[in-house]
Amino acid sequence: MLKLYGTEISSRMLLGTAGYASPDILRQAVEASGAEIVTVSLRRESARAKTGQGFWALIEELGRRVLPNTAGCRTAKEAIATAQMAREVFGTNWIKLEVIANDDTLQPEVFGLVEAAATLSADGFDVLPYTTEDLSVAERLVGAGCEVLMPWGSPIGSARGLANKSGLQTLRAYFPDTPLIVDAGLGAPSHAAEAMEMGYDAVLLNTAIAKADDPVKMAKGFARAIEAGRLAYEAGIIEPRDMASPSTPVAGTPFFKIDTAS
Amino acid sequence: MQILLNGEHFTTEASSLDELCEALGFAGAKVATAVNGCFVAATARAKMCLAEADEVEVVAPRQGG
Repeated sequence: MLKLYGTEISSRMLLGTAGYASPDILRQAVEASGAEIVTVSLRRESARAKTGQGFWALIEELGRRVLPNTAGCRTAKEAIATAQMAREVFGTNWIKLEVIANDDTLQPEVFGLVEAAATLSADGFDVLPYTTEDLSVAERLVGAGCEVLMPWGSPIGSARGLANKSGLQTLRAYFPDTPLIVDAGLGAPSHAAEAMEMGYDAVLLNTAIAKADDPVKMAKGFARAIEAGRLAYEAGIIEPRDMASPSTPVAGTPFFKIDTAS
Repeated sequence: MQILLNGEHFTTEASSLDELCEALGFAGAKVATAVNGCFVAATARAKMCLAEADEVEVVAPRQGG
C-alpha cells in the first residue's frame, strides 16, 4: 500500500486535471484511471469570468484528494506565496512544489526548489517536490524536510518516457524508504510500467492521458500498466543474461546423440 | 489609486484588500490573495491597506498537472 506523509493511498497513479477536451472527459478519465490523487493549480481569477468557481465545483464533484501545484513559479518566493494561497483555498497541507528554470525545458530550478522546500516544510506543508534525477539535489530536498521525491522522467509534456533510467535507479538505491514518484514526461503506459518495475512507488502524469486520442481508454491503459509494473516488481523480475538458457528441459531430448568427435 | 491587479493596471477607490475583493464581486468566492508577492490570508484582508502601485493577485482553483 502506498503511504505518503502517513496517509494510505489506494492508487499508484496520480493524475493531472489539465488539458482535457471537456469537463466530462476529465471526469470520465479520472474515473477510469482509479487515481485517488488529482493535481490542480491556482490561476488569476477574472472578476468578469470567474472561471475558477466552476472548476472548484467540478473538483468537489470528483471527490478525490487534491494536490495543488505551484506550476509556473520561477522563484522560491513565488512558489512559497502560491503554496500558501493553495493551502487556504484547497484546505490541504500537501503541495506539489514546482520552481521552474526555463520555458523550453520546464526543468526544475533546483536552488529555488530546495529553498522553497525548506521554508514550506518548516511552515507545516507536506512537500512533494518536482525535481530532477540529481542525487545531490535529492539529498538537499530530504534534508530540507521532504519525505517524498518526484523526479522527472523527461520534460513535462514531452512523452519521451524515462530519459535517464540509471539516474532514477540511483535515486531508488539511495532512498530505499522514501516514496519516489516519477513525475513528468510519460507518454505511453509502457513508460509507467518501466518506472514501476524499477521499484518506483507511483507515477504522476497528465498530458499522456489528456492529449491521447481517447483519454478514457488511455487512462485505463495506464492504470493496468502501473498495476502490471508493480506486480512485476513485487514478483521479482528475472535478471537479463548474455547467453540463452533453455527453458525446455534438456534431458530426454529426442534424436540427441552425445558428440564423441570433439 | 492605481494598482496592478493580476498584472494589469487597475484604478480603485478601495482602501483595503477586503474592500477591493468586495468591489470585484469576490466576497465569499473561492479565491486567495497576495499583495506585493506575499500571501494575505482571507482573515487578514480587512486589515491589509492598499497603497499606490501595489501589486495584487487574486487567484482561484484551476486545472493543473
